[in-house]
Amino acid sequence: MSILIDETTKVLIQGFTGDKGTFHAQEAMRYGTKVVGGITPGKGGMEHLGLPVFNTVREAIRATGATASMIFVPAPFCADAVMEAAEAGLRLSVVITEGIPVGDMVRAKRYLASFPAAERLCMIGPNCAGVISVGKAMLGIMTGDIYTRGSIGIVARSGTLGYEAAAQLARHGLGVTTSAGIGGDPIIGSSFVEILKQFEQDDETEAVMMIGEIGGPQEAEAARWVKENSRKPVVGFIAGVTAPPGRRMGHAGAIISDDADTAAAKAQILRNCGITVADSPAELGSTMANVLANR
Amino acid sequence: MDIHEHQAKDLLRDFGVPVPNGAVAFTRGQAIEVAQELGGERWAVKAQIHAGARGKAGGIKLCDSTEEVGVAADALLGSNLVTLQTGPAGKKVSRVLIEQAQPSGAEFYIGIILDRALERICVIGSAAGGTEVESNTQGVIMETVDPAVGIMSFQANRLGFRLGLEPPVVRQVARAITGAYRAFRDLDATLVEINPLMVTAEAKALALDAKMSFDNNALFRHPQINKLTDVTQGDPREAQAAQHGLSYIGLDGNIGCIVNGAGLAMATMDLIKNAGGEPANFLDIGGGASPERVANAFRLIVSDTQVRAILVNIFAGINRCDWVASGIVQAVKEVGLAVPLVVRLAGTNLAEGLRILRESGLPIKSCEDLSEAAEEAVKTLS
Repeated sequence: MSILIDETTKVLIQGFTGDKGTFHAQEAMRYGTKVVGGITPGKGGMEHLGLPVFNTVREAIRATGATASMIFVPAPFCADAVMEAAEAGLRLSVVITEGIPVGDMVRAKRYLASFPAAERLCMIGPNCAGVISVGKAMLGIMTGDIYTRGSIGIVARSGTLGYEAAAQLARHGLGVTTSAGIGGDPIIGSSFVEILKQFEQDDETEAVMMIGEIGGPQEAEAARWVKENSRKPVVGFIAGVTAPPGRRMGHAGAIISDDADTAAAKAQILRNCGITVADSPAELGSTMANVLANR
Repeated sequence: MDIHEHQAKDLLRDFGVPVPNGAVAFTRGQAIEVAQELGGERWAVKAQIHAGARGKAGGIKLCDSTEEVGVAADALLGSNLVTLQTGPAGKKVSRVLIEQAQPSGAEFYIGIILDRALERICVIGSAAGGTEVESNTQGVIMETVDPAVGIMSFQANRLGFRLGLEPPVVRQVARAITGAYRAFRDLDATLVEINPLMVTAEAKALALDAKMSFDNNALFRHPQINKLTDVTQGDPREAQAAQHGLSYIGLDGNIGCIVNGAGLAMATMDLIKNAGGEPANFLDIGGGASPERVANAFRLIVSDTQVRAILVNIFAGINRCDWVASGIVQAVKEVGLAVPLVVRLAGTNLAEGLRILRESGLPIKSCEDLSEAAEEAVKTLS
């Protein structure tokens, strides 16, 4: 098993015909992802990469039976693309686009929340590396060959720290079920908790690595959820011990606005909730290996 | 993006928030002219910098004659103001706001923020307005705004009543709150702060001070806000980095960092600290970085005189190790290498990247492991 996506997931690319959409659609297909078409408003009826292009998500779903999308739509129009995906009935959208205005995300999430939970779009991102179910499918901009298949789930705000985790796990002979980059923006689709819930339900995932950073309440929220609900070991890391307060560290959401936002405070909350926290980003793999060995 | 008080007040005035009469001045002469035009007997001369706590630092002067206004403006303009919020380096004052001085009254705090847990815009009020509000979080009142309908009158009124105000004043304060909320929403602000909002003896509300920050990601649809940028208030290195598509933040240490990805860039700073060193900067070259962008990053780091060693840490996904290596070699050949350089590459096209570094003949220390790279960089300083 894996979470979110597998080799049977039918995928649309929103923002299909642009440079980024084209390049990453090809990479995803090469990895084995079942890409069935794409959307570029105004280019419906064309063919691109041997696949049909549609004007709207609704048309694309009707023609292909797709249930998921990967979104590369430029930032000014991206929240609208997410809402279109939700309205058309897709189950999952992975939003790679960086730079969406936070006000747009407030409105988009309000719109998503207006759907009953069972029919609601699961949004991953924006400003994220995407999702890979190792050996099955990739809805993201990572390179697949970093990952070996195994039993560890990874959920990370940062794309590159997610790669780092996968590479270090591999050095300890540990592979990955699914790795989900959830993005560095202040407001994101799925938070740590939503991904952790899915890993908890996934039989193949034995343990989870959760990589957070400074800013925002989501790591603490996730830690409390783990304490109360998780039967699987969770290893954590929080980046940004040396980050100065009040500055945005690259990610729009990585900013220390109050004491609870610091890496030290978050790491302490994780520890208090029974999560083993790696002291250094060089010890992600070894910390997980130790936790599994001492189980 | 931050703006000055006088700019925030101009914007808020357009949204119906009452602000004192005043205007900005860049010279002593302009300051006197503004005071004469405003009329009255007493004026406030307020230093305009992108930081608060100006009053206690001597950045706000009350004057009883236009001559005094000139003297105060002269003293402030060109000076470097150090407040509790500027850091030890302070901020340069190149403009002052001249306003009619206001009689004293009750002071309140009104703030509008984005609450990341609720994922909504929130209006915060406190009866403990004034200079100490940041350290006094007791008695804070909050209203959460549903983005589908915007702030409702009852919410703005309720905030006023809960602040303990009399009904005629509540109406005034509610109007100010509603205007401030609309400014926040329509202009894609990330912060609106009115502190203090003063209630006068005549039951009038007036925003004595105002602060606004904006979402950089939304500036594309607000060119009029974008024009309010004052580059003199930021770190020149950061402005230079932004021009090259690099995300950079200057710090106080001496090990320069060049990294891809914000998370890995923060983690690299942490590794340097773990190894006993201090990072000189945060720098994310971003995804798909060309050799030119890498070379620009390198030039930026070596131009920082406090840098005594450089650590490059790349985990290439959509980046390419060979492009990064080419960028480094190109930059070193051009600007020279006066400090030790440690490079850790991993991911896409690793072998080719390592070959480029090796064959360049440059004294580059290449490391495979993350912590080894940080330790090497720190070791070169001793």
